[in-house]
Amino acid sequence: MAYETRLASLMNYQKGRVDVIDDDPKNYAFSNIFEVASLAKPFEQVAVAKNFEYVLEAVRAEGTSGWRAATHDQSALVLDGQVEFTFKTLADGHPLPDSGSGGVPEEAAGTLMGRVLARRGHLTLLPAGRAYRLASPAPAVVLIQTVAGPDTQFRWAEICQTA
Amino acid sequence: MTLTGATPHGEVHEPNEFGYKSFSLGEFHFSRDEYFAYVRWPTGHHVMSADAFLRALQRDVAWEFFYGIVNFDGVVGTVNHYGTVDLFAGRYNDAYRRAELDHVENIETPVIKATFAAILSDWTNEGFDPFASPEETGSAFGPKNGDNDAAITRHRVTAQRMVSLPGDEPLRNDDNGHPVNRMFADVDQDEPEVYAEPGFEAEVGSFNLFAYLSRSPVTWNPSVVSVCRESLYCPTTEEYILPIIHGNDRAEWFVQLSDEITWDVEDRDTGRKRAKVVMKAGDVAAMPSDIRHQGYSPKRSMLLVWENASLKIPQLISSGQFPTQPVDF
Repeated sequence: MAYETRLASLMNYQKGRVDVIDDDPKNYAFSNIFEVASLAKPFEQVAVAKNFEYVLEAVRAEGTSGWRAATHDQSALVLDGQVEFTFKTLADGHPLPDSGSGGVPEEAAGTLMGRVLARRGHLTLLPAGRAYRLASPAPAVVLIQTVAGPDTQFRWAEICQTA
Repeated sequence: MTLTGATPHGEVHEPNEFGYKSFSLGEFHFSRDEYFAYVRWPTGHHVMSADAFLRALQRDVAWEFFYGIVNFDGVVGTVNHYGTVDLFAGRYNDAYRRAELDHVENIETPVIKATFAAILSDWTNEGFDPFASPEETGSAFGPKNGDNDAAITRHRVTAQRMVSLPGDEPLRNDDNGHPVNRMFADVDQDEPEVYAEPGFEAEVGSFNLFAYLSRSPVTWNPSVVSVCRESLYCPTTEEYILPIIHGNDRAEWFVQLSDEITWDVEDRDTGRKRAKVVMKAGDVAAMPSDIRHQGYSPKRSMLLVWENASLKIPQLISSGQFPTQPVDF
């Protein structure tokens, strides 16, 4: 028997739901990454999951982002489209937020470390203390594993099932 | 509820007429015959199908008792206190609690782990793999027939930074015994294009997580593939039914990467039904810290389990300093 693995994309996703028996659906903070990305501006970092200080951010990658960096490792999982990640060293002493990622001016991004061309299902390390940027000619979707930072957007009431 | 005071220890007893040893752990006693596993304690007794018991036991041993509560079913299970473990019967069952027939023993982790591993080894017959889906393994039943220690002591993936990086957990491929699963034959196996400048190979890294998961030989077994401080990506492939009912001591999050899973959600302490959560590809849901859940996956699916491994969390939640739901809005 041939099986079909059902993946999803910006253009083709189906959303499940919480069927409440005796509970409040808000306890489950139920959302869909593709729906969130479809409503987001390019490179907004919208939290779709939060566990104390840690978050997962849904990002609509479209065009070329600014340079960013964090003091800790992050990861980026491409869920739709194709994304090019470029990595550079970071100028000594450049200030970064204690947690989460922050913007890096062009002049603070130094030596080229390498590039990754990632497609759906590919998980890429965003290494601590290094500058990175994302580029995608067409809308793509990325899930970032990180810590909440100054640019994390919290929109639970907009993105989650409430009834 | 009875609660023993002495530090329990394990004992092994001679094989019965079916060839299986029995085991004692404090005042709990475990035995099996051709079809069933039996658990006795001072105020009661319980029976489970041998295959279901072994599938639950396999997860408890492999996961080092996981986060929170591992219910083998609605009666017996364990609570992880991260150094000691509660072995219980009826503790999270409303009827047993009301009848005061529940029983709990707190056991040093190495003691209970050694006893559980010995039960798993003795009761798992050749050809039965408790980690595999029912369609991909032989029978757990019948009299004692060899063993399958290679299957029950598999290496558990725990990446230090990210799978595929130099010195970290390796990729899976045909050559290292990880063929693509029959239900994931259509999953793209292409790897990302990685161009690292000399000297930066340890930091410029990427791999095909979907292909990696398509080659997992086991089900319902979260494994760490990437780390951000105490934030752990623990993806897993799911088919049929989660063999345990997981009771949370912290919120955990699910990101459905492919296909569909239905979760039965109950109150953690009483088993009262609270919700059903149907998750499709791209869906994200929290499992609050006061529930227990069991998943049903009709086709092998990819699930990203996301955990916060901080040891501070159970105390923060149980003391009321942090709410049971991870997000308030």
